[in-house]
Amino acid sequence: MANRTLTFSVFRFNPYDPDFGPRMQEYIVEETPRMTLFTALTLIREEMDPSLQFDFVCRSAVCGSCAMLVNGHPRLACRTRTDELPAKIVLHPLPFFRLIGDLSVDTGSWFAEMAHRVESWVHTTETFDPDAEEARMSNDQALSVYELERCIECGCCVAACATAQMRDDFLGATGLLRIARFWIDPRDQRTDADFYDVVGTDAGVFGCVGLLACHDYCPKNLPLMEQLAYLRRRVMFASLRSAVGKKERQPEEQEATR
Amino acid sequence: MTTIMTDVLVIGAGLAGERTAVEAAAHGNQVIILSLVPPRRSHSVAAQGGMQAALGNMARSAGDSPDVHFEDTVKGADWGCEQDVARLFVNLAPVAIRQMAHWGVPWSRVVPGPKRLPSGEIVEESAEKEGLIAARNFGGTKKWRACFCSDGTGHSLLYTMDNVALQLGVQVHDRTEALALIHDGSRCYGAIVRDLRNGELRTYLARATVIATGGYGRIYGQSTNAVINDGTGMALALETGVVPLGNMEAVQFHPTGVVPGDILVTEGCRGDGGYLLDKDEHRFMPDYEPEKKELASRDVVSRRMIHHVRQGHGVESAYGPHLWLDIRHLGQEHIETYLRDVADICRDFLGIDPVHQPIPVRPTQHYSMGGVRTDIGGRAYGLAGLYAAGEAACWDLHGFNRLGGNSVAETVVMGMVVGRSVAQDLVGSDFSFPDAPVRSAKAQVEQRLPALTTYGLEYVWALRQQMSAILMEKVGVFRNGRELVTAVEELQELQERAERLGLRSTGRGPNPELSAALRLPGMIRLAITIAYGALQRTESRGSHYREDYPARDDALWLRRTLATWPAEADLPRLSYEPVKITELPPGERGYGETREAAKKEGARG
Ligand SMILES: Cc1cc2nc3c(=O)[nH]c(=O)nc-3n(C[C@H](O)[C@H](O)[C@H](O)COP(=O)(O)OP(=O)(O)OC[C@H]3O[C@@H](n4cnc5c(N)ncnc54)[C@H](O)[C@@H]3O)c2cc1C
Ligand code: FES
Repeated sequence: MANRTLTFSVFRFNPYDPDFGPRMQEYIVEETPRMTLFTALTLIREEMDPSLQFDFVCRSAVCGSCAMLVNGHPRLACRTRTDELPAKIVLHPLPFFRLIGDLSVDTGSWFAEMAHRVESWVHTTETFDPDAEEARMSNDQALSVYELERCIECGCCVAACATAQMRDDFLGATGLLRIARFWIDPRDQRTDADFYDVVGTDAGVFGCVGLLACHDYCPKNLPLMEQLAYLRRRVMFASLRSAVGKKERQPEEQEATR
Repeated sequence: MTTIMTDVLVIGAGLAGERTAVEAAAHGNQVIILSLVPPRRSHSVAAQGGMQAALGNMARSAGDSPDVHFEDTVKGADWGCEQDVARLFVNLAPVAIRQMAHWGVPWSRVVPGPKRLPSGEIVEESAEKEGLIAARNFGGTKKWRACFCSDGTGHSLLYTMDNVALQLGVQVHDRTEALALIHDGSRCYGAIVRDLRNGELRTYLARATVIATGGYGRIYGQSTNAVINDGTGMALALETGVVPLGNMEAVQFHPTGVVPGDILVTEGCRGDGGYLLDKDEHRFMPDYEPEKKELASRDVVSRRMIHHVRQGHGVESAYGPHLWLDIRHLGQEHIETYLRDVADICRDFLGIDPVHQPIPVRPTQHYSMGGVRTDIGGRAYGLAGLYAAGEAACWDLHGFNRLGGNSVAETVVMGMVVGRSVAQDLVGSDFSFPDAPVRSAKAQVEQRLPALTTYGLEYVWALRQQMSAILMEKVGVFRNGRELVTAVEELQELQERAERLGLRSTGRGPNPELSAALRLPGMIRLAITIAYGALQRTESRGSHYREDYPARDDALWLRRTLATWPAEADLPRLSYEPVKITELPPGERGYGETREAAKKEGARG
């Protein structure tokens, strides 16, 4: 395969440098086999422009640091091979999140705040007994919790979300998924009503207008569409139940969590 | 410069830092964690394979116990580790793993009934153990002991740990970088820190400071480590002139980093029955290691691979020679279920399908056994009020070779231990923060900035590449005296040139060139410490393999290297301390290697 000459057009802005207004800057790079945007951007920084800001950590699509708009679409840059793209590659920082500089955005603060809001931990009154055997759990149950825990907090779903562009308190698919993860976890003793309080609002599951760009752009192929539908159903049940004054878990559900 | 005060300052938000913070906070201390990146992006998140803890729940782990785990660990370490530390560790690992389950980690669980192994054998998992934490096989262990969460062990552990930290009100200041420790030669008082959001400097004053900054993999050119793993925490300790680093020459290589990119594909591939093939698609490991084959310890497998390549059996490629990792025979279902991340890596980063094609791999720098030398409670040598945990520390659990799955386990066990030490030491501790050390640490950092932005012709990334190449070529899997001497000389030359670093960009705000330039001198000092320690150690032990001294030499070298870097010196000062042997006297590792090396040398094993 003949290697191409790639033209990168990259959004530049350093808020701490008065001489540096927002603009697009071009870099010309010779493509090599299996080049990724990680390889290419590192090369640009080391050989052409040492001030270029971007965030790679794992460079293997597990840490969620490097999401950006690649030719207009939110993607993990480290997992994007240049041979999947045309010779002209336009890069912008992920929208919605606060810009730090160039391609670097502050996803960390947003996700920390989200974790606070959904109280992203197992709520239990049980104390840990260091001498006891671990509580049992079926492997299927463990796998289903794990499946909902695979989110890497890259922010692609929020960046692509129509609701998030309009209300900045929206939890986004990632926040809703986090709630689902604890809702199905047998170790978490929060009641349906507790979860309903967090999720049964317009900042939660009712804010979703069902465009599902989140589902299309999730680089981990998480089952966002199914989970959003599932949460809606669960929230409906929870609200019905609380309407008739039953706040506790239903007996058959408690059974299922053993 | 803003000043922030806290009881405990933890530098590093990986598993070790967060576990330490959680323990210290649970004892009622105010804790702040610093991290280059949001905590959940720390390198710990990338551990795919598993965590060793002797639970003995699987058919193939029947009879496992902390004693067997202890023996595996000490043998793996080639007797280079502290045996009291290893004992404490193996006893606490089951507790730590169950606590992580209590906190929410969805460990894979035992499913009763017959299970076919890739070898064709059938094992019967017991109904009695149904729903307990499962384990799989990992290189270098007698029993199946690596507990796992599908393909994302580190991910689930780190997310859970961060959840608990959040619950306990531990503050995380992410996108910050510690640049110098504040100390007066006998006590540590915190750190000078750069905010990577805006480039500002801040002072953190703390009654206890913990270094949990992970490994230094990135000083080697080819490394499985995250790109932020520059070893800065170890460099800060070395910079004090009084805190020693232990066994820096002990560097582990992982047999299977993909080519190109050096992304690790997990040990689990070989654990589950994957083969290593050469250019003729010949499975060569049984030729060298008839018993353990692909599952011999990492250093042995890595050396066999490099040796085999040097014999001309490597596959040529644009990125240099490599070998193949073959998991095709495990079948699509197994690969998609248990090795899904590996399949994703191959498809996404290499454009190949491991169900139908073998994976190009080569040995790659992977783990730093050495680090800030601490006692069994995690207290750093040399400075009161300073602690270390995780890969940044030399506690010394791993000696000269870490077992797969032991380091994630170490982060949570050691975090628990160090957090307790911190809490204990802080009870009733009462001292004020003297002015002089704060001023001198500030000055140390502040005087470097104008120098970088006003003069200096050396370019940071050019020097960095040269450093990496020297380490990779001369301080890698095979080492010898001649090349190590050259490596030390060349690195010293780089050190001098690094004094003339200058920025090509403005350096304003969170400028990445400035960050790299501030780090580089410390990284070069680490590189010299590794090369110099390796040169002095005239034996082979674990991952440290000297072609000119191929045998282990217990008479002379059952000792740990301690390296400090006195102010103005151009080489580290090395001293040695005995290795603590409490239970298991030195013997053969049973990996085949010692015997063979001994034969070559005509010496005893
Ligand atoms: C690809 C890969 C797979 C692995 N798989 C396994 C496995 O299956 N099982 C196993 O047992 N081990 C595994 N390991 C090893 C294990 O993951 C690591 O040893 C372990 O996670 C290290 O944890 P840590 O907390 O010490 O450091 P890290 O997780 O690296 O965290 C370091 C922290 O320090 C911060 N930091 C660094 N410098 C500074 C500074 N100057 N100022 C402020 N903050 C700083 C970083 O931001 C980060 O938060 C693997 C390693 C790799 C490379
Ligand atoms: S760098 Fe970690 S996901 Fe891209």
